[in-house]
Formats: sequence, structure tokens, C-alpha cells
Amino acid sequence: MFGYYLDLALRSLRRNKALTALMVLAIALGIGASMTTLTVLHVLSGDPLPERSSTLYYPQVDPRDSAGHDSDKEPMEQVSWTDGMNLLQAKRADRQALMTGGTVAIQPTQSALDPFYEDARFATADFFPMFGVPFQYGHGWSAADDDSSARLVVISSKLNDKLFGGKDSTGQMLRLEGTALRIVGVLGDWRPNPHFYDLNVTNYAESEGVYMPLSTSQDLQLAHDGSVDCWGNGGAGPRPDHSATCVWLQFWVQLDSPAQAAVYKEFLVHYSQEQKALGRFQRPPNVRLRNLMGWLDYQMVVPGDVRLQVWLAFGFLLVCLVNTVGLMLAKFMRRAGELGVRRALGASRRALFAQLLVEAGVIGLSGGIGGLLLAFLGLWLVRQQPASYAALAHLDPGMLLTTFLLALGASLLAGLLPAWRACQITPALQLKSN
Amino acid sequence: MTLHPILAALRKHKAGVVLISLQIALTLAIVCNAVFIIGQRVERVNRPTGLDENDLFLVSQQWVGAPSSDDPAGVEKLDVMQKEDLAALRNLPDVASVTPSNSVPLLNSSWTGSVSIKPGQQLGDKSGTRTAYYFTDEQVLATLGLHLVAGRAFTAADVQHQGARDQRDRPVIIVTQALADKLFPQGSAVGKVIYSDGSSSPSTIIGVVARLQIPSTGSWGNDFAWYSTLVPTRLDSSYARYVVRAKPGRRDAAMHAVPAALYAVNPMRVLDDDESVKSFADIRASAYRADVGMAILMGVVCLILLCVTAAGIVGLTSFWVGQRHRQIGVRRALGARKIDILHYFQIENLLIAGVGVVLGVLLAVGLNMWLMTHYEMTRIPLLYVATGVLAMLAIGQAAVFVPARRASNVPPVEATRAA
Repeated sequence: MFGYYLDLALRSLRRNKALTALMVLAIALGIGASMTTLTVLHVLSGDPLPERSSTLYYPQVDPRDSAGHDSDKEPMEQVSWTDGMNLLQAKRADRQALMTGGTVAIQPTQSALDPFYEDARFATADFFPMFGVPFQYGHGWSAADDDSSARLVVISSKLNDKLFGGKDSTGQMLRLEGTALRIVGVLGDWRPNPHFYDLNVTNYAESEGVYMPLSTSQDLQLAHDGSVDCWGNGGAGPRPDHSATCVWLQFWVQLDSPAQAAVYKEFLVHYSQEQKALGRFQRPPNVRLRNLMGWLDYQMVVPGDVRLQVWLAFGFLLVCLVNTVGLMLAKFMRRAGELGVRRALGASRRALFAQLLVEAGVIGLSGGIGGLLLAFLGLWLVRQQPASYAALAHLDPGMLLTTFLLALGASLLAGLLPAWRACQITPALQLKSN
Repeated sequence: MTLHPILAALRKHKAGVVLISLQIALTLAIVCNAVFIIGQRVERVNRPTGLDENDLFLVSQQWVGAPSSDDPAGVEKLDVMQKEDLAALRNLPDVASVTPSNSVPLLNSSWTGSVSIKPGQQLGDKSGTRTAYYFTDEQVLATLGLHLVAGRAFTAADVQHQGARDQRDRPVIIVTQALADKLFPQGSAVGKVIYSDGSSSPSTIIGVVARLQIPSTGSWGNDFAWYSTLVPTRLDSSYARYVVRAKPGRRDAAMHAVPAALYAVNPMRVLDDDESVKSFADIRASAYRADVGMAILMGVVCLILLCVTAAGIVGLTSFWVGQRHRQIGVRRALGARKIDILHYFQIENLLIAGVGVVLGVLLAVGLNMWLMTHYEMTRIPLLYVATGVLAMLAIGQAAVFVPARRASNVPPVEATRAA
């Protein structure tokens, strides 16, 4: 029976080629646009560290003076050197790391390469184990290296490829900003998206090429790169003073259970009270302890334009669907005579309904396949864009399945009303009018 | 012709009429808002920075192993290095003028602060406002191509230098007209005194330029996008930026000559071709890339949407024409002219589209209100909606014309044939 319906559907679709093409194309365009934008949104709002994100937290305290105080205000989004160091040394979390970004000039020893800039991360030892950073060669550094401002670096595999042709470079020296630093580790493939630990760099930036102890970067007076937010009479250029009333560092902690998180939040309140008693803080304790995904939400990492594009695409799909419903309805109703004959010859309403749905399904399926091809084309176009997230726009199996279900669901939905309406005709009336 | 027969006929195709009106309504709502977004983006991209952008480029470079800017001796050494660079660039044959600057408009790297007419004020004080500083020298007006509307330009005697982290008094400054009007709404700002970043040392406004945008194009800078302050101070650090104006039409040649000239002064520096020497046109393009991309995308979607809707109208009307072949024949046989049949379908479409646009206007305004609560949008001007309505009706008429003409060509003899 299905084969017969399929045959009928194909015959009917062939009779009106332009119209069939229009319906298929409309569905394909709608699906293609929706899936392209939805995939980009899906990629951008993903979890950068799926296994760890629930245990990573971003503590915020409010060290500002009382000027402009408003109890509803959020605390500052980074920490000052003093608070960062205090919280780091308090060691109240399972792991904690204080960090900031920079840009360093690298002077390759190979004469074939000119000096170049590389993004750098100045962090404390727990950065690697806390974020689960994979190593290709070597390892990170220890807390003792932090304390002694050890002259060492960890480099990314990309930088290792560029400078050492991908060979194990641990033990070699890397010259940057006029200083030689020993390479102790080479990272494996690591690119968390978004670049959650420091969103002041572009949100979907590649991971840095160079990692070194924060203390070493301060010893070498390396320039900080990122956002500096000052209050009171604080002011800062590229190398913020450690006593300046400015926030410019990010502090992350790992807390393995919600109970620990609650305890840690208490600690932050106590810390704020203590600092207020010391006269450093002037506002009542105002702390936040967001976990990784909460922090990304709060920072509204996904660009507004991308969300807007998703809405636009779904609006587009809706118009395309309404268009298809209208055309299919007109088409089915025009065949009232033929359907009337079938009814009179004994076909049940159910059978007619099934026949018409098969026809709608054929259109939907073709539209879906067309839409999938258009989505591939659309994502290819997105990847050609210069946006920092462009390279990430790929269809994963989950999204592929979603596309298919969306196409089939949309077209069946589009076929439902016309098929139902067409089944309501009374055979006698149709036969008589002919 | 009366509307009665048309309405009676439409009543028989309720579902079809509802669907096509709905489609027109949705299309109108989406297209109005999308075109409004395009308009906003285009306006944003086209706003002038105040610079003469032709022949302008920026050099960003960093010395390797440079002295520290934290001790006074280091600052002096860095200043000498910077002056050598400036001299070398000014000597290039294709270069008209050069000025050091911490940033340029649209670069999205800025030093912002606050200015007030009262000393020692915190940010947020009512008499003051936020501003973005350009630390530069006496050649800034000529190099950037700024128009001085009052007062005088900087002279070499005004120019100081400081380490990038030092706080130093700023005895003379030049502000934009917008900032001058904000601080001194009652009149001329030249010769008046203001205080920057909560300091209590006065800065005298010696000149006012017509317009100069701040470096940031992000929404956080929207409130003070035209409040720029020029400070005649060279900033000394291991990093320096030079704005270069080439002689007319010689920009590419000048850009090409820069790396060699700077390496000849001092080879210990990082200067890569792609990023370090950048034309202002490239800076503008990268600043507004997302806006342009969004505008193009919206435009394409609107165009396809209109095509789909027009095709839908053509398709549906064609069906109705086919379905009513015999009735059209009967009307023709009873004396209706071709033009009457044409008008019948045109008026029918006008009615359907009319219902669609009324619904569409409501949807468009509703969508706009929803967008205003979720995204950075303003109220859609009525002009956009009105234009959209007219465009939608016109598209409907254009789309209906072909099938309607086919209907008008149905011969009266059809009346005698079986359907």
C-alpha cells in the first residue's frame, strides 16, 4: 500500500513541477537557515570542559570604596593583586589558580624566523591540573616554582610545531622579551570553547601559546593584556602596580562538592568582613561564587547577534512552512474530485489521509535533504567569516539528527492540515458536481 | 464592481485565505524589523570618525629588551628611542606627517577616564563625564586630519613625555566639540579649566576639534562615543604606536617602506607585516566586520523571504484561477470584460494582503517591542512600517498579475465545456 501511495504522490508531484520545486525549495531554505544558525549557537553555548565545569567556580569580591555604592550592584569581575594573592594563599579550595593574560615577543633562535608576538597566560601552578590541561611532553610547574619565580615556560603544541617542528622540546630554551626561559612542558590539543577562564580576550579565542608562572611574569615586568578596571585613584597602564586599586587578574577555584562551595562562599564573606575591618574594603560584603556555566551565562558570552540570527532563521522557517501549507492545501483541495472517486470506490478516510501524508512526507524529505545540503553550505560560509568562532562551526552527529527530525517533523506538520481538510470532503457532492 | 462576490468566494477558501494572510503578516513583521536592523547597522558603520581616513595608517611595534618604563632613566631612554623612530618615519619620502598615539578611533584599544569641571571628583559626578584619551604630540591635528574649530593647536613647547604608568599633570588639552558642549553648555570652552581622573591639578582647554570618535566601538562606549580628549604627551613604554599620514595616493608605498626604515633605526623590535602596519581602511573594516556581515545576512534573508512569499501568492492564485476556469468562462459569457476578470483577482489579492498587512503591522510592532527587551534595539520608526506595508501590497499586486492575466484570457466558450 505504501508503495502505491508513493507512486501516486510522485505522479501528482510531477504534474506540477514548478509548484513542487517551490515547496521543496521553501522547506529546504527554511531548514538550511535554521540549522546553520542553530549549529552556530549550539557550538557557541557549549560547555568548555564537560567533565569539570560543575566543580569549577569563579569567586568575586567587591574591594571598591564607598563612592557610587549601590547594594544591588554586582561585585567586580576580576580580582586585584592583593585579593588574588590573599585568596590564593588561603588555600581554602581543593585547587586554586590566579592568572592573567599577556602578549610576549618571542625571538626564535632559528634565523629563518623573525621575532613574533604570542599570546601568553601568566598563571599559578594549579592552572594545569585544575582545568585538566593535557600534556604532549613534559609537565606543568609546581607551587615551589611559583614561589621562586622560576624561569620556565610551557608552550602550546602549535608553538612547538612552529619552533621545534613538533619534536619534544622540553629542556630547550625559549627566548622571549630578551630573557631565556626553560621549556618544561608542551601541551597537547587544548582549546576550550569559549575561552572561559579569561573572557577579556575574545570569547572564542584560541588558547595561548605560552604559559609561565605569574610570579615570573611579574619579575620580568611582562606587560599585562586584558581588561583593567580601577576605582578610587587607581590608574594603570600595561603593567598594573601590585598595590594599585585596580582589578586585572582572574581567580578560579575547584570545589568538588556543593557543600564545599557553600563553605567557600562563607569564607568569601568572612574574608570581605576581615578586609573591611582592616580598612581595605569599604562596602558591606558583596560576594558571588558562580560555577563555570553560571559565569558564562552571566557574562552573556554568546554574541547577541548569533541569538538574533537564530530567531530570524526560525521566523524564516515559519514563513516557509506557512507558504508550503497554503500551497499544499490548494493542491489537495483541487484534487477533491479524484479523492471523491476514491472515497466512493471504498477507500476509507484513513487511507486517503495516509496517501496525502505520504505526498507531504515526500516533499518534506526532499526539503529536508535539500536543507541539510544548504546547512553544510551555510556552515561552510560561516567558516569563511573572520569571526573568532568561525572555525568551530561544524555539524556534529547530534545536530545532524536534529536537522533530519526538524525537516521531517516540519513537513509532516505542514501536510497535516491540508490532508485533514482534503479528507473531509463528501464523496457524493464531489461526484455530483462533476 | 462590488466586493460581495469576492468575499463570498473567499469564504469558500477560508483556510487558504487565512494561510496566505498569515504568511504576508509574518513576512511583513520579519522584513520590517530586519530592514530596521540593517538601517541601524549601516548608520553605525557610516558615522564619520572625524579623521581624514584616506592615506592614513597605523604602525604598532614593540622593542625587544627595551629598558623598563618604571624608572626615570628607562623612561628617558625609551623616549629617545621613540623620537628616533618618529624622525625616521618623518624622513620617508612618501610620508606627509607622523604623530605618536596610544590609539586611533575604531581600534578598540583605549585609555578611558573621567573629566570634570570640579577638582577631585570621582567618576559618576554629575558635572563631569567619561572620556577617552589620545596621548600624542603637536603633529596630531595635521596627521589625523582633524578640524580645529576654536582655540589653537598644540605647539612643540606643549609636548611632554611620561612613562606609560606614571600619572602626570596635563596642563593643556584639546577636546572635541561634543565634550566641550557637554562640559560647558553655556558657551566657549577655550581657556576654561577642567580636571581629569579625579585629580586636583587643572587642565586648560586650548583648542576644540569638530569631531573625534573614541577608539571603542563596543556598546559600553556608546554614551561617550564623541567625548575624546587629546593630551600632548608621548607615552613611553616598550610598546609604541605611530599614526602616519602618507602623501596623497602614496599610502601603500609608504606602508611598504616603514618596516625597513624602523629596522634600520633599531633591529631589536617585533614588527610583523600583517598586524604591525595597518591601513586605516583595514582598521575600519575589522571594527565593523560583524555589523556589515549581519546587515548582509539580514538583507539576503529579507530578499529570499519576499521571493518565497511572492511565489506563494503566484502559486495559490494560479490554483484558484485553474479551479474557477469554468466560472470565469460563465462570467465572460455573461458580458464581463477581460479587465473585469483581471480586476477581480487584483482586488481579491488586495483584500487578502490588506488583512495580512494589518496583522503584520501588529506583529512587526510586537516583534520590535520583544527585541527591545532582549537586544539593543530602539523603537522602530513608523516610516519603516509604512514603507513595509506599501512594499508588501505592491509585491502582492505584482505577484498576482501573471495568474490574473491568465484568468482574464479565459475565453467565454469555457462556460459551455465541462470542468
